[in-house]
Amino acid sequence: MGITRRSFLGWLTGAAGVATGAKTVEAAHGHFNGYPDSYAILHDTTLCIGCRSCEAACNTVNNLPKPEKSFKDLTVLDEKRRTTPHAFTVVNKYTDPHTGKITYRKDQCNHCQEPACASACFVGAFKKTPEGSVQYDASVCVGCRYCQIACPFNIPTFDFDDAFTPKITKCTMCQPRIEKGQLPGCVEACPMEALTFGKRSDLVEIARERIRKYPQRYIDHIYGMDEMGGTNWLYITETPFEQVGMRTDLGVTPAPEFTSGALSIVPMIIGLWPVLLGGLYVINKRRDEIDEHEKEEAVKTAIENANNGGKEGRHDR
Amino acid sequence: MTDRIAALKSRPLLTPFNIFAAIILVIGAFLTFKRFTQGIGAVSNLTDTHPWGIWIGFDLLTGVALAAGGYVTSAAVHIFGKKEYHSAIRPAILTGFLGYSLVVFALLYDVGRPWKLPYPFLVSQGVTSVMFEVGACVMLYLTVLFLEFSPAALEWLGLSKIRKTVVRLTMLLTILGVILSTLHQSSLGALFLLAPSKLHPLWYSPYLPIFFFVSSIAAGLSMVIFESTMAHKKFEIYMDDRHKQEYNPVAFGFGRAAALVLAAYFACKVFGIALDNNWRFLFTGWGAWFLFELSGFVLLPCFMYSIGVRDRNPKVIRAASVITVLGIMLNRLNVSVIAFNYHVPADERYFPSIMEIGITLFIITIGILVYRFIVTRMPVLYKHPDYEDVH
Repeated sequence: MGITRRSFLGWLTGAAGVATGAKTVEAAHGHFNGYPDSYAILHDTTLCIGCRSCEAACNTVNNLPKPEKSFKDLTVLDEKRRTTPHAFTVVNKYTDPHTGKITYRKDQCNHCQEPACASACFVGAFKKTPEGSVQYDASVCVGCRYCQIACPFNIPTFDFDDAFTPKITKCTMCQPRIEKGQLPGCVEACPMEALTFGKRSDLVEIARERIRKYPQRYIDHIYGMDEMGGTNWLYITETPFEQVGMRTDLGVTPAPEFTSGALSIVPMIIGLWPVLLGGLYVINKRRDEIDEHEKEEAVKTAIENANNGGKEGRHDR
Repeated sequence: MTDRIAALKSRPLLTPFNIFAAIILVIGAFLTFKRFTQGIGAVSNLTDTHPWGIWIGFDLLTGVALAAGGYVTSAAVHIFGKKEYHSAIRPAILTGFLGYSLVVFALLYDVGRPWKLPYPFLVSQGVTSVMFEVGACVMLYLTVLFLEFSPAALEWLGLSKIRKTVVRLTMLLTILGVILSTLHQSSLGALFLLAPSKLHPLWYSPYLPIFFFVSSIAAGLSMVIFESTMAHKKFEIYMDDRHKQEYNPVAFGFGRAAALVLAAYFACKVFGIALDNNWRFLFTGWGAWFLFELSGFVLLPCFMYSIGVRDRNPKVIRAASVITVLGIMLNRLNVSVIAFNYHVPADERYFPSIMEIGITLFIITIGILVYRFIVTRMPVLYKHPDYEDVH
């Protein structure tokens, strides 16, 4: 398999970074703030009317099988849904228990800047692209589903009913369309401009501007700005984030940092254990040898004493 | 020796256990067919929200912990110089080797594309993954265990030259085994470090790798005692005098060590709570469950081991070993299944399907049958007459 210097270093350091050797160096120097010119999508839930146009567009663009109930059927919204192998995005309806106010929120892969799935994957099937999306390569996937365990947003889905080529599926941010200069399917389809596509840095400015202009309309927080080290899908809303099914206890630590400490111990164990264990072995062996030697000496002395005793009677005493 | 051959020949075939095992094997074969033709979903209750169930929580995590007896025993005898426990090595190595083999076998059911299992090493290395380290160490350690066990098989086959070469490697293999075990036993805990938002804070801790490693030592020690108890009941005819003489001394020695390790483990767990200031969770439902695990399956066996050693009471020690083994099972299931996704509403929670349990039983049954095949034929519980005096 050919070990390059870089992969060897990767082995040695346990690699705190996600993507490449260069990334590791960057992480060692400080905080990774995401790829500078990466794209992102801003979801303004105050504009979302729950029409499911984004879901329909996603289905078409990704050539997914048509669902039983049409995308025009809004009764689907009565049930809380999650992403599935056939739906990379879902819109959920949240009703405020006190005011009865309804908020719709679209759910899909948030395209983390330092993805948990990528740091979990032992075949490196997930890659963060400089464009901002997180891409999955089914050709190397073993189907261990550690990415599903790792994802704080519960996004990746798995074909549990496929015996031969089960794979992980999730939103691709329409990477192929972005490369062609097109908008992601959902953004293009949204009739309310509840979704805005652009440079992440620009979207942050737009979001801030909206919050500044309409302080009574928005909660003063851009979700995804710092959550789990920041994501390339940003959210602003009027309803507290917890009420629209978003966890506010995730913290700002990027996922790779949770395991980098444990991984960094590996080379230390490999370095120290042989000496420690070998040392213990030598000490114990030496102790046994001394015991053996002392036993021999004692026996020898006893025999000598006995012999002397035979010759000289009670002289010793 | 002739007794043993006679015993082997006179073993009745249609015992209740054999019939029960045969039924499980038939059901298991059917479930295997179903799994590999219709997918994981057809035989399990696994979902996107609960992608890991008992195949990971029990077959993998508990299996690896309970197979720790191999490295613990060979380290005790070869490195710590406890030669008086020499008769415990081969059964422990055999249990370890079978344990790891079954773990890998179980993984073939659990992963979606088992034929790609060599990919992380041969095709695309994901070195940032804890899973990569687990995979690499388990693969290497399985090889080490194979070599460590091979002298017994080689004596049985009469290949004394190869046996001699392998035996020369004993020290190297022992040290390698301890290194690899330290790494992957702890890494199995480290797998869950990535999901702080999903695992209940009482079980989540930055010290998870240390908890898993320390508890694996207790698991290994207890498993040696438990396994020797079972072997003594069922296969005494295959034991030589030395094995019989060391039966209780091994229980006392390993019981004493287990008491100490469990005490250390208990202290580590308490420090874990203290350092994250998670005391407040102790007074919730989850707290009660956590305290049940910690007091019933760590403190209790710790006391039982201590009392058993002090009073020279092997029965108490053997009971403590069973409780510790169950405790390890409970702990691994808590971390991976029960306290995992603790915030998910009760009606969406995972419970294994009868077919999932069936496959697990199938795998355990294969393990017991292979164990029986080996100890009734190969010099595991006795020394081979040709090698009585050689080390």
